[in-house]
Amino acid sequence: MLARRVIPCLDVANGRVVKGTKFVDLTDEGDPAELAERYAREGADEIVFLDITAAHEGRGTMLEVVRRTASRAFVPLTVGGGVRTMIEMRDVLRAGADKVSFNTAAVADPDLLTDCARKFGSQAVVCAIDARRLPSASGAEPAWEVVTHGGRRQTELEAVAWAVRAVELGAGELLVTSMDRDGTRSGFDTELLRAISSRVRVPVIASGGAAGPDDFVAAVRDGGADAVLAASIFHRRMHSIAAVKAAMAEAGLPVRTVEEAGS
Amino acid sequence: MSGGSRLRVAVLDYGAANMVSISQALVSAGADAIVAARPSDLAGVDALVVPGVGAAAPAMVHLREQGLLEPLRDWVRAGRPCLGICLGFQLLFDASDEGDSGDSPTLGLLAGRTVLLEDAPTLPHIGWNSVEAVRPHPLFEGIADGSYFYFVHSFVPTPADESVVVARTTHGRPFVSAVASGSLYGLQFHPEKSAAAGHRLLVNFLGLVGGAA
Repeated sequence: MLARRVIPCLDVANGRVVKGTKFVDLTDEGDPAELAERYAREGADEIVFLDITAAHEGRGTMLEVVRRTASRAFVPLTVGGGVRTMIEMRDVLRAGADKVSFNTAAVADPDLLTDCARKFGSQAVVCAIDARRLPSASGAEPAWEVVTHGGRRQTELEAVAWAVRAVELGAGELLVTSMDRDGTRSGFDTELLRAISSRVRVPVIASGGAAGPDDFVAAVRDGGADAVLAASIFHRRMHSIAAVKAAMAEAGLPVRTVEEAGS
Repeated sequence: MSGGSRLRVAVLDYGAANMVSISQALVSAGADAIVAARPSDLAGVDALVVPGVGAAAPAMVHLREQGLLEPLRDWVRAGRPCLGICLGFQLLFDASDEGDSGDSPTLGLLAGRTVLLEDAPTLPHIGWNSVEAVRPHPLFEGIADGSYFYFVHSFVPTPADESVVVARTTHGRPFVSAVASGSLYGLQFHPEKSAAAGHRLLVNFLGLVGGAA
């Protein structure tokens, strides 16, 4: 039976893992390859690197990070942020990544999803959707709009419709982030997840709002997510990957457990 | 650099795979891994690995253009060790439904065709799934039955000869996730992305190669 995945996400700037809020007050938290290897050992089913390097000149550094990570952490690796063309995607895959996640670039140029899926297969193309709840009258069906540039820009796109379209265009997986919940530790927006997962056949990765193991259970059980992504609760050692998986297993969800060798 | 006794494994580079991960995973399992893009690269190697993700038809075109198609067929027909992974596994069979034409001839080294994984609750089948032994095989020595391995694919081969099947996995319906026929091995999952279980499987593969040499 297919296991539900638990995925730590690492923000990377200029080749280092950073922590901070809204791209300010960034603090150096270590070497991405080293942290990825540690998470893999602790049972991470996949690793996501989000490249938040501000300057374009810093991009080459990311390829080196991917190369070093793929040489020592033998779990799937997804790279998001900053990849805008098929050539850039090719370079990231050649460096050792398995998937590339497109967000702003896909909204700006939806054909990019199709071109990349044709070239590299849809399994390598992830469409990241940042969604924000639209105000609605009480009792009305909820709706979400797609935002880009880290939530700073609105689009004309309705999130569920965009998700369906992204899959038609070639995305093999959707990474759905609730911008209302992101960074708030108030739990995932399971209504958003359910609205999307019930309309597409590809796997949906839940993101934004994780506070504790119960939230991971809810994202899967109530939201229909195939995988759950989180950043700060793992980095700050508030909860271990093993603890999250134990809660999921307790709730009857299939998870891959690992015996930690030594450490 | 070579320890002398390390096996040399050639990973076929035909433009359809993450070469870093499989090469490094083989090195980590104890082999000297070389990337082979030309027939001459195969000189002096002990085993071949055919990796790959993506579609069958362009993969066959690349293999042919690089002159690797016949050397690969000859290698397997001579009974020399070869491991196909994911698309590289599917290519070992006669033909694939994948692609615009719906019928792409593949290597024809194993009887059967590659078909869409119908009835799957999600597609592509992405993630860790359990691999259930059909019969004991040295490839899975030391790996608990039902262990999780990483999959990422939409198509699956359907071997005509049941005796080659080593393991199955279920996603909607059961499908063949590992085969062995003499020194030819095929895996639908990615050992190079499957953490400790994948590492052990590659160590076992190298053990089989060393034993056959």
